[in-house]
Amino acid sequence: MKFVDEFRDIELVRNLSAKIHEITTKEWTIMEICGGQTHCIMRYNLEEFLPEKIRLVHGPGCPVCVTPLEIIDKAVRIAQREDVIFTSFGDMLRVPGSEKDLMSVKAGGGDVRILYSPLDAIKIAEDNPDKKVVFFAIGFETTAPANAMAVKEASRRGLKNFSILSSHVLVPPAMEVILSSEQNRIEGFLAAGHVCTVMGYEEYIPIAGKYRIPIVVTGFEPVDILKGICHVVMQLEEGRYEVENAYGRVVSREGNLAARKLLKDVYDVTDMKWRGIGNIPLSGFRLASKYGEFNAEQIFDVGDIVQQESPLCIAGEVLQGLKKPGDCSAFGRECKPEHPLGAPMVSSEGACSAYYRFKKTEGMET
Amino acid sequence: MDFQLNCPIPISEYPVITMAHGSGGVLSHQLIDKMFRPAFSNEQLDAGHDGAVLASGSGEMAFTTDSFVVKPIFFPGGNIGDLAVNGTVNDLACCGATPEYLSVGMILEEGLPMEDLWKIVLSMKEAAGKAGVSIVTGDTKVVDHGSGDQIFINTSGLGRVREGVRIDPSSCRPGDVIILSGYIGDHGVAIMSAREGLEFETGIESDSAPLNGLVDAILDASTGISVLRDPTRGGVATTLNEISRSSGVGMVLDEKAIPVRKEVQGACEILGLDPLYIANEGKLLVIVPESEAGRVLEAMQNHSMGTHAAIIGKLTGDHPSVVRMTTSIGSGRIIDMLTGEQLPRIC
Repeated sequence: MKFVDEFRDIELVRNLSAKIHEITTKEWTIMEICGGQTHCIMRYNLEEFLPEKIRLVHGPGCPVCVTPLEIIDKAVRIAQREDVIFTSFGDMLRVPGSEKDLMSVKAGGGDVRILYSPLDAIKIAEDNPDKKVVFFAIGFETTAPANAMAVKEASRRGLKNFSILSSHVLVPPAMEVILSSEQNRIEGFLAAGHVCTVMGYEEYIPIAGKYRIPIVVTGFEPVDILKGICHVVMQLEEGRYEVENAYGRVVSREGNLAARKLLKDVYDVTDMKWRGIGNIPLSGFRLASKYGEFNAEQIFDVGDIVQQESPLCIAGEVLQGLKKPGDCSAFGRECKPEHPLGAPMVSSEGACSAYYRFKKTEGMET
Repeated sequence: MDFQLNCPIPISEYPVITMAHGSGGVLSHQLIDKMFRPAFSNEQLDAGHDGAVLASGSGEMAFTTDSFVVKPIFFPGGNIGDLAVNGTVNDLACCGATPEYLSVGMILEEGLPMEDLWKIVLSMKEAAGKAGVSIVTGDTKVVDHGSGDQIFINTSGLGRVREGVRIDPSSCRPGDVIILSGYIGDHGVAIMSAREGLEFETGIESDSAPLNGLVDAILDASTGISVLRDPTRGGVATTLNEISRSSGVGMVLDEKAIPVRKEVQGACEILGLDPLYIANEGKLLVIVPESEAGRVLEAMQNHSMGTHAAIIGKLTGDHPSVVRMTTSIGSGRIIDMLTGEQLPRIC
């Protein structure tokens, strides 16, 4: 298939692998930010192509994984209401809240629907004027423009029965949290290609300088990821710390200007809680006050919900690259994809789920 | 397909199913006498008894049942009716049996358009004809509006096991070869493309079809077949895991050898799904000793249902009960069973 096969080409993979072997002289720890990259690394077992000196750790870039527990609980409470049609991207349905997930709300009779585009929720709202239609708007900078577009469109059409439960997070502040931790071992980043498609990569330049760390904008296919790793290793070996773009076929320096303008209009930057990590200043979007009528948290009575995480789950450390999924005592035992304790076991992009599916470690129950 | 040109709907006074159609009274009889019996007509059904009386013979019988609750009930390439016939026919065929008789139990929801029911009945008739099976007994119930989802169909089937055939995963051995009869994922993607909230345009049609003819061709070519399975829900990956676990033998698949249409691959790329886990309704997995693989593959490729058949992997003693795959870029990884439903990813 065009635009896919050429980036899964065995010869290109072998050449990049050989090049990385050739230039690597020291041990390096590199983090891929995005869950889509983690998924590809596992799916193609890309570590097979890397020298043992290169250690990959998996970053916080799985939107399902970092959405805070209390937002899930708020979603569950709203979705249980008889007057609500609750719409969501597919993989949010199995994310465990503190008592139940959205899948069980659906099983219990709640009207919970999986959508592929937030604009479909607008159509559902128009078709069901007697119901309140809520879209679960989560994700990084990547999904934010489409969700913003839905709000804008609802406003344009004068819809009174549409709202979003929004929990948008931003990549650069999370990178800074990881880098400023005393335990940090990350020496280079593969930046999330699709986030940069929207935002461009200028905002990473100060981070690379401040923390003296190479950041390479990287795509999601095997060839893309090996190319990104190759660029990071080259910088590390040469003592450089720059922002480079290894995903030029999609990403430009300034990103998608129309999308950025839309984000600026619809959202304000705000402090945000990350599941497993905690509060990070100025790390998320919230709906701007002029769009308050579309904010589900204002429409429904959910302000009292505040939640803590399962004590067994080490998702926070996994998401910051401090530990690998196999280091968790619950991994593959109390915590499996069919009954996840923490969010990284839920989404196929979550590090724990990816490990479970593709790597199974010894001692795991099957 | 437009059935109505040749087959006008036989019940015109009721545009939709009502509770009275399940009452056992006049309207129930009208449904049976005007719709089901003429469509499925055969000696046993026409006798009108409470059950079908079938001639018995020597040898072993295979017996299976399956219920169909697909949504939407009409999808590109088929509907719940042909699916219900083909599903049970295929389960019998995978036992090495020649499917002969089916029962049909229908649970209809009040309000189901009569025209939809008629389309479904006609496609069941056509599918049964293609597979060479007779629908010899049946039952109909009607539930209140809201208590069902338009129509649920259960089919059970009886078939005669071919003499000398013993389909038994425990006879799998390292070195045996895995053959797949054609493109995977067509059915699941066709259903998804028609499902509310995920609608997308695609030329992909469900592969719903009877496999008994293909199975006959395979069994004519070789007596050494240890496994015949149709990889329905959970797809090829799940079915192979089941076989691997029940036989205790490991498997290695070759990703490049697995036939996937580019439209299906494209839809999967966009939705974040893996074709290995997507349902098929007219595909067959065959496990056969290496010495007979060439003959079986050729027999399959010469049959219209197996034109794109390919060897996709083999059995190994290296990692018992674990399925692994050599990826398209030459690395290796585990192929696990599907957990829950495959859910479209966020981004």
